[in-house]
Amino acid sequence: MKFSFKRFFSDYGMAVVLVLLCLYYSWATYTTHEPRGEAAAPVLATQVAGSVPKNANVLIVARANEEDVNFAAILEARLKDAGVRVVGKITGDPRAARLALQQLSTNQVRLAAIATTPECAAWTIFERLNEKYPDIGNPRVAIPQSYRWPTFLKKENLMNVANQIVVVAILAIGMTLVIITAGIDLSVGSLIALSAVVMTRLIRDHGGVEASNGMIFIAGIAGVGACALIGLFSGLMTTVFRVPPFIGTLAVMQVASGLAFIVARGGSIYEVPESLTWLGRGVGWFGIPHAVVLMAVLYLVAHVLMSRTTLGRYIYAVGGNVEAARLSGVRVGLVVVFVYVLSGALSGLGGVVLASQLKSGSPTYGLSYELYVIAAVVVGGTSLSGGEGRIFGTLIGALIIAVIQNGMNLTGVESYTQKVVLGTVILGAVLLDMLKRRNWRELFTSISRRK
Amino acid sequence: MTEALSPTTPLLEMCGIEKSFPGVRAVVRGEFNLRSGEVHALLGENGAGKSTLIKVLAGAHRADSGTIRVDGRNVHMDSPHDAVREGIAVIHQEFNLVPALSAGANIFLGRESTQGGLIRKDEEHEAARALFQRLDSGIDPGTPCRDLTVAQQQLVEIAKALSQKARILVMDEPTAALSSREVEKLLNIVRELRNQGLGIIYVSHRLDEVFAVCDRATVMRDGEHIATEAVAGLTRGRLIELMVGRKLEAEFPRRTPDIGPERLVVRGLSRGRSVQGVSFELRRGEILGLTGLVGAGRTEVLRLLFGADRADAGRVTLDGRELRIRSPRDAIRAGICLLTEDRKRQGLVLGLSVRENFGLPNLPRFSRVGFVRQSSERSAFESFVRALRIKIPDQEQTARNLSGGNQQKVVLAKWLQTNSEIVLIDEPTRGIDVGAKLEIYHLINDLAAGGKAVLMVSSELPEVLGMCDRILVMREGRIAGEIQDVSRATQQQILQLATG
Repeated sequence: MKFSFKRFFSDYGMAVVLVLLCLYYSWATYTTHEPRGEAAAPVLATQVAGSVPKNANVLIVARANEEDVNFAAILEARLKDAGVRVVGKITGDPRAARLALQQLSTNQVRLAAIATTPECAAWTIFERLNEKYPDIGNPRVAIPQSYRWPTFLKKENLMNVANQIVVVAILAIGMTLVIITAGIDLSVGSLIALSAVVMTRLIRDHGGVEASNGMIFIAGIAGVGACALIGLFSGLMTTVFRVPPFIGTLAVMQVASGLAFIVARGGSIYEVPESLTWLGRGVGWFGIPHAVVLMAVLYLVAHVLMSRTTLGRYIYAVGGNVEAARLSGVRVGLVVVFVYVLSGALSGLGGVVLASQLKSGSPTYGLSYELYVIAAVVVGGTSLSGGEGRIFGTLIGALIIAVIQNGMNLTGVESYTQKVVLGTVILGAVLLDMLKRRNWRELFTSISRRK
Repeated sequence: MTEALSPTTPLLEMCGIEKSFPGVRAVVRGEFNLRSGEVHALLGENGAGKSTLIKVLAGAHRADSGTIRVDGRNVHMDSPHDAVREGIAVIHQEFNLVPALSAGANIFLGRESTQGGLIRKDEEHEAARALFQRLDSGIDPGTPCRDLTVAQQQLVEIAKALSQKARILVMDEPTAALSSREVEKLLNIVRELRNQGLGIIYVSHRLDEVFAVCDRATVMRDGEHIATEAVAGLTRGRLIELMVGRKLEAEFPRRTPDIGPERLVVRGLSRGRSVQGVSFELRRGEILGLTGLVGAGRTEVLRLLFGADRADAGRVTLDGRELRIRSPRDAIRAGICLLTEDRKRQGLVLGLSVRENFGLPNLPRFSRVGFVRQSSERSAFESFVRALRIKIPDQEQTARNLSGGNQQKVVLAKWLQTNSEIVLIDEPTRGIDVGAKLEIYHLINDLAAGGKAVLMVSSELPEVLGMCDRILVMREGRIAGEIQDVSRATQQQILQLATG
C-alpha cells in the first residue's frame, strides 16, 4: 500500500507528541554525570592507559565499600590488560593510602599515575605529593572523567520507564479491542490482583520458596485462566443479558477484588521462589527486559489480529455499526464475548508480570489501574464511541503517560502536581482527537481533492 | 391564489449567495425569493446546493457573499438565533425532539414560561393544544414524543415553529418517512398554513407532491440557480430535465420479463401483530413488489425472511427445500440477501472503507485460516466497481463520504458477491437522486434478467408500478390483495387495497 503522510498523521499524530515529550525531558534533564562503581572502571582504565607510557607504574586507590572494591578490582584487571604495571591496590581509608605511598617512596618506585575515584582524589594526602614523597616522582591523580548526558536517556532510566509501563500496556491491548466494540471493561485493575494472588497462592501451597519452574508456569496459567473466565462472564453479561458493559464490569470489578482478598486471606503472599522474578526483572538479549519482549510480541500479534484477520475486521464492524454487522451475517455475540475474554486474559497476564516484578502477590495490586489503561487507550486515539482505533496508537498512548510520569519524577515535580498534569494531558488528548476528527480530516481531504 | 401571488415586496429574498467549503464550492449563485402565502419548492439533485442554501438561511452556515432580505430589510444571519428572530423556522428530516419529554415540553423547550422558577405546565399544555388545533390534530400535549408516530412528531415540530411566530417555514423532505395517507394529511396542513399567510419553502425529491401543493419551483444544479417557474406551467419531464441538466429517456427502464418457476414459497408467515399469516410465491426472474402504507408490515416481512427478526410461525421453502432461518447468517448461507432501507444505520459500517464493507459478509471466502487475503478481496471488489459503475476515488474511501446512490451500489455489490439468489430490497431509491435512480433501476432489472428473484418494498407507487411484474399490497400485517396485470394498474387501485 502507498504510504500516506496524511493518514500517518491522523493515525499516529500522538507519536509526534511522544517524540516531543522525549526531546523535552532529554533537554530538561541534561546534566553532568560522574561515572561510579563498576561502570567507571573501564572508562578510567582507558584514560590512564592512554596517558602514561607503557610499563609505567600506577597505584590504585579506592575506599573499602563494596562499590569501590568492585571498581578497584575491575580497574586493576583492565590496566593490566592494557600493559600498565599496577604496583598497588589500596581499598581503605586515607591512612592506608599514606602507608602505601610511604612504602613506595621508601622503595623508590616512580609512579606515573594514581588511579582513583573522585571522592578519594579529594583526600588531603594527595596534595603536594612531590613535596611529601619526592622519591615517587610526580604522579598524576586520575579520576574517571565526568560527562554530560540527559538523565532521562540513561539506560537505567529507560528501563525504568519500560518496567513501569509494561503492565498497563499489556492490559491496554485488551481494553483497546473492548473499546473498539463500543464497550468498556472496568474490571481489569481487580483482575490484576486476582491473577497475582491466584498464582502466588498456588505457588505457596505447592512448594513455596522451593517451588519448581513447572509449578510456577502452571500457577501463572491458572492466574490468567481465572481472569479469562471472569472476562467470559462479563462478555456473556453484555451479550446475553444486555447489561450495559459499564455497569456489568463495574460489578465484576467489585466481585474480582473481593475474590482476590478471599484467595489471599486478606494478606500478601511472599512465599515464592527467586525464579519467579525471571519474567518481571530478568533481562534477555541486549539487556532488554523479558517483560518488555513479551509486551512487544503481544502488540505485534494484536496488530496483525486487527489489521489482517477476519476477526479483527468483525471487531471494527461490530463497534462501528452493530446492526449492519449483524445483518451482514457477523456473529456479533461471539465477537463481543471474545474481546472480553481477551481483555480478562491479558489482565491476568498483567497480574502475573506484576507479581513477578514485585516477587509477591497481594489483593491490593492494580488499584485504579483501569483508569490508566483507559487513559492510554484514549490518548492513543481510540474513540470511546467505538469502531475506530489503532493498536500501536495505544502503545504510544501508554508510553506518553509513562514518559510524562517519569519525566516529572526526574524534574522533581510533586506527586500531587503530577496528578493534575496527567489529568490535563488526558483531557488535552481527547480534545485534540475531536478537533482532528471534526476539522483536520475534512481539511485534509478537501485539500487533496483540490489537487 | 391570485391574491397570494400579487407583486408585493417578497417576504424573503436571497441574492447572489455564495458559500465555499475548503475545496468545494457548495453554492455558487444562490437566488431564491419567497412571497407570503406561497409554497415554493426548492429542487435539485443531491449535492446541488439545496441543503447549503437552507443552512445559510437558517444561520447554520455564514455565506461568503450575497444578501438576504426579509420584508425588504437586509438581515445578517450569523447564528441560528438570528434566523429564529427573523421568523424563520426549519423542520429538518431528522427531528430535533427530546424523546422522553412530552410534546408540550418539546414545543416550548428553552422558552418555558415559569413562575417562581417552576414551569407553568397547564398554561404550556393549553398553548400546545391550541397549536395542535390549528394543525387540525388532537395530539395530547402530555404524551412523551417517543410514543408519537413519525407523522405526529412532525406536527410537534411544526407546532414548535408556529409557537416561535415563524413566518417562513422550511420543510426539508417532510414526507420521506410518511405513509401515503399521512402525506395527504400533511399536504392539507401545508395548504392551510399557506392560507394563513406563511411562506413555505418545500424541499422534496417527490415530484408528485411538488405538483400537488407548490405554487412555484426553483431548481438548483451544481450550486447554481437554474430556474424559477410557476408550477402550473411545468411538466414532470421538464422539471427532471432542469434538475439533471439533460433529457432522461424514461423514468423507468423497459424490460421484457423472463419469468421461470417458483423459487421462494412463503406460507403463513407471522410475527405478533405486525405480520399475520403472509403467504406468497416468488419466481425466478421476477420482480415482485410489496407495498402498502408505512407500518403495514412490509419491512417486517423482509426482516423475517432474512432472519433479522424471528418469526412466530410460517414455512419458507426455497426450490422446494424447507429453510430454517434463525439469523441473518442462516439466510445468507441459504442465498438470501437484504438491502435495507436505512443504509446508514443498517446497511453500512460508515467508519469502515467501502472495500471493508464489501468484504463483510464475504470474508470466509476471502480468507485463509482466519487471515484476510486483501488482494483477492480487492480484485473482486474492483470488478464490481467497474460493473456497477461505483464512483469512488479508491477502495479505501470511507463509506460515510459516499452519495446515496453509490452507497446503495456498494451494498448491492457486497450481496452480489455472496451469490444471493433471492434479493430482498427495501426502498431501493430512498434518498437517491433522479439521475442515479435510473441506474439503480437498471441494476435491479439486470438482477432479474440474470435469473435471480427480486422482492422489492417501496412506498413510491410510480416506482412500484414502473418496475414490478406483480404487486402485493399489505394492510395491517396481512396481504390485502395482489395485482397481476401491472400494466393496467393505477395508483388509486393500490391505495384502495392499502387503505381498505
